[in-house]
Amino acid sequence: MSAYYSRIIKAGFINFTRNGWVTLATVMIMVITLFVIGSIMLSNVLLVSVLTRIEKKVDVSIYLKTTAKEEDILILKSKLENLPEVDEIRYMTRKEALSSFMERHKNNALITQSLDELGDNPLGASLNVHAKNSEQYESVAMFLSSPAFSSIIDKINYFQNKIVIERLSNILTTSRRAGFGISLVLAVIAVLVAFNTIRLAIYTSKDEISVMRLVGAKNSFIRGPFIVEGILYGIISAFVTMVAFYPLTLWLGPKAEFFFGGLNLFEYYISNFFQFFIILLFIGTILGSFSSFIAIRRYLKV
Amino acid sequence: MIYFDHVSKVYSPTSTALDDVSFTIEPKEFISIVGKSGAGKTTLLKLLLAEEKPSSGRVFFESQNVHSLPRTAIHKIRRRIGTIFQDFRLLASKTCYENIAFAMEASGSTDEEIEADVPQVMDLVGLMNKAWHFPHELSGGEKQRAAIARAIVNRPDVIIADEPTGNLDPINTWEIIELLKKINSMGTTVILATHAKDIINSLDKRVITIEDGKIIRDAKRGRYVL
Ligand SMILES: Nc1ncnc2c1ncn2[C@@H]1O[C@H](COP(=O)(O)OP(=O)(O)OP(=O)(O)O)[C@@H](O)[C@H]1O
Ligand SMILES: [Mg+2]
Repeated sequence: MSAYYSRIIKAGFINFTRNGWVTLATVMIMVITLFVIGSIMLSNVLLVSVLTRIEKKVDVSIYLKTTAKEEDILILKSKLENLPEVDEIRYMTRKEALSSFMERHKNNALITQSLDELGDNPLGASLNVHAKNSEQYESVAMFLSSPAFSSIIDKINYFQNKIVIERLSNILTTSRRAGFGISLVLAVIAVLVAFNTIRLAIYTSKDEISVMRLVGAKNSFIRGPFIVEGILYGIISAFVTMVAFYPLTLWLGPKAEFFFGGLNLFEYYISNFFQFFIILLFIGTILGSFSSFIAIRRYLKV
Repeated sequence: MIYFDHVSKVYSPTSTALDDVSFTIEPKEFISIVGKSGAGKTTLLKLLLAEEKPSSGRVFFESQNVHSLPRTAIHKIRRRIGTIFQDFRLLASKTCYENIAFAMEASGSTDEEIEADVPQVMDLVGLMNKAWHFPHELSGGEKQRAAIARAIVNRPDVIIADEPTGNLDPINTWEIIELLKKINSMGTTVILATHAKDIINSLDKRVITIEDGKIIRDAKRGRYVL
C-alpha cells in the first residue's frame, strides 16, 4: 500500500517538473490569485486600522458642575466604566482643566491676568468617554441624561455633535460592509481564475487520462498524481507570493502609514509572517488539489 | 471466453460501424479479424475494452457483461487485456520505459517485478537503447514496439493487437508475429486485427472477415479472402 502512495507522489512530482510551461503558467496564475487574496487581507487590516483610528477620535465629553464633589464624580466614573458600551474613560480634574487652559493661552496676557484676578478656579472637571463602537454613544448619552446625575452634570457635548457622530458612524459601517463585499467578490474571481487554469492544465492531459484508464489503471491511481501536482502548485505559489509581499510591503508600508496613519503594513507583515504564510499555504493547497479533483472527474469516464 | 451477442454500433445515422455481430472466442484461441479499412475492426475491439458502448447487444468477457460494469470496476477486466492500439496511444509525458512500467504500476505489481520485467520486454521488442526517450522522440515503428511491450508486460489473459505491424519493416513484422504466436502458445488468447494478407495466410488460424460492419465469413483455418 505504501508503494501505491509513493508511486502516486513520485508521479505527481515528475509531472510537475516535466510539464514545464504548463506548470509555470499555472504557478503564475496561482501566485496572482494568492497575491490578490493576500492583498485583500492586508488591505482589510489597513482599512480596519484606519477606521478604528477614526472611530477613536470620536468621544463624548461630560462637563461637570464646578460644585460637583470629587467622590460623586468618581462614582459616576465607575458606573460608566461598568457599562458594556464604554471602552475607556479619562477623568480630567478641575486642576488639570485649569492648567491645560493656562497652557493653551499662555501667550494671551489678558486671559491669564483675568484668571489670576479671579483667584478661584472657574473651570469644572470633565469625563471623556470612549465607546467601543461609534453607534453606542447614543445609549451612553441616554444613560447620562438620567435625573440621578443632573445635579453634577453641567452639559454633555454629545448633543451638539450628535449629527456628526451619527453620520460618521454610518460612514464607518458602510465602509466596513463595502470592504467586506469587495473583498469577497475579488476573492471569488481570483479563485475562479485559478480553478479554470488548473482545469485547462488538466485538459491538456485528457487523452493520457483516457489511455491510463484503458490500460487498466484505477481512477484513484490516475487522479492521485494530479492532486499531488495541485498541492505542489499551491505550496510553490504560497512561497512565491510570500516572497513577493516582502518588497511590496517594504515599499508600501511607510507610504500607507503616512497616508492613513496607524499601521505600518511592513511591520504587520513581518510580525504576522507565519500566520500569513499558513493561510496562503492552506488556501493554495486546497485550491490546487480541489480544482484538480473536480477538473479530472470528467475525463475519468472512459 | 469472449462472446459478442448481436452487437451493433451506430456512431451516427450516416456511420454504422457494426451491424448485428455475434461470435465467440475460446480461451487460448488465436483469432484474426480482417476487413477493408473502415469495416469496423477497431470498433469491435473498442467495444470489448468498453471504450465505446454498443448501440445494441451485449459483450461478455467470461460471464461478465462488460458494459454493465460500473466505471469504477471496469479496470479489473482491462488489466486482463493487453491492448496494442492502432494509434499506439503511448503516454506523451512519460518515457518509453515509464510507459511500459505504468501498466505494471497500475495493476499493482511490486517495484521488484517492474524492475525485472520492463527491461526484459523492452529487450524482447528491441527498444533497450531507447528506454529514456519520450514517444515524440521515437520513430513510428519504435512507438509501435513500445505499445507492444506495454501490452504484453503484464502477461494478460487476452492480447488485442489492432494492426500491430502497420509501421514495421518486414523483418520486424515477422518478429512481432512470431512473438504473438509464442505468447499464444503459452496460453494467451490473441485477437489480431489487420489487413496484412501475407500474415493471415501464413498464420493458418481462425479468421473472421467483416465487411461494412457485418461478419461475412468465419473460418476455422482461414485465409485472407476479400
Ligand atoms: N468516433 C467515431 N465517430 C463516428 N464514426 C466513427 C467513429 N469511429 C469510427 N467511425 C466509423 O466507423 C466505421 C468503422 O471504423 P473502424 O475504425 O472500426 O474501422 P477499421 O475496420 O478499424 O478500419 P481501419 O482498417 O482503417 O483501421 C468507419 O466508417 C468509421 O468512419
Ligand atoms: Mg482500425
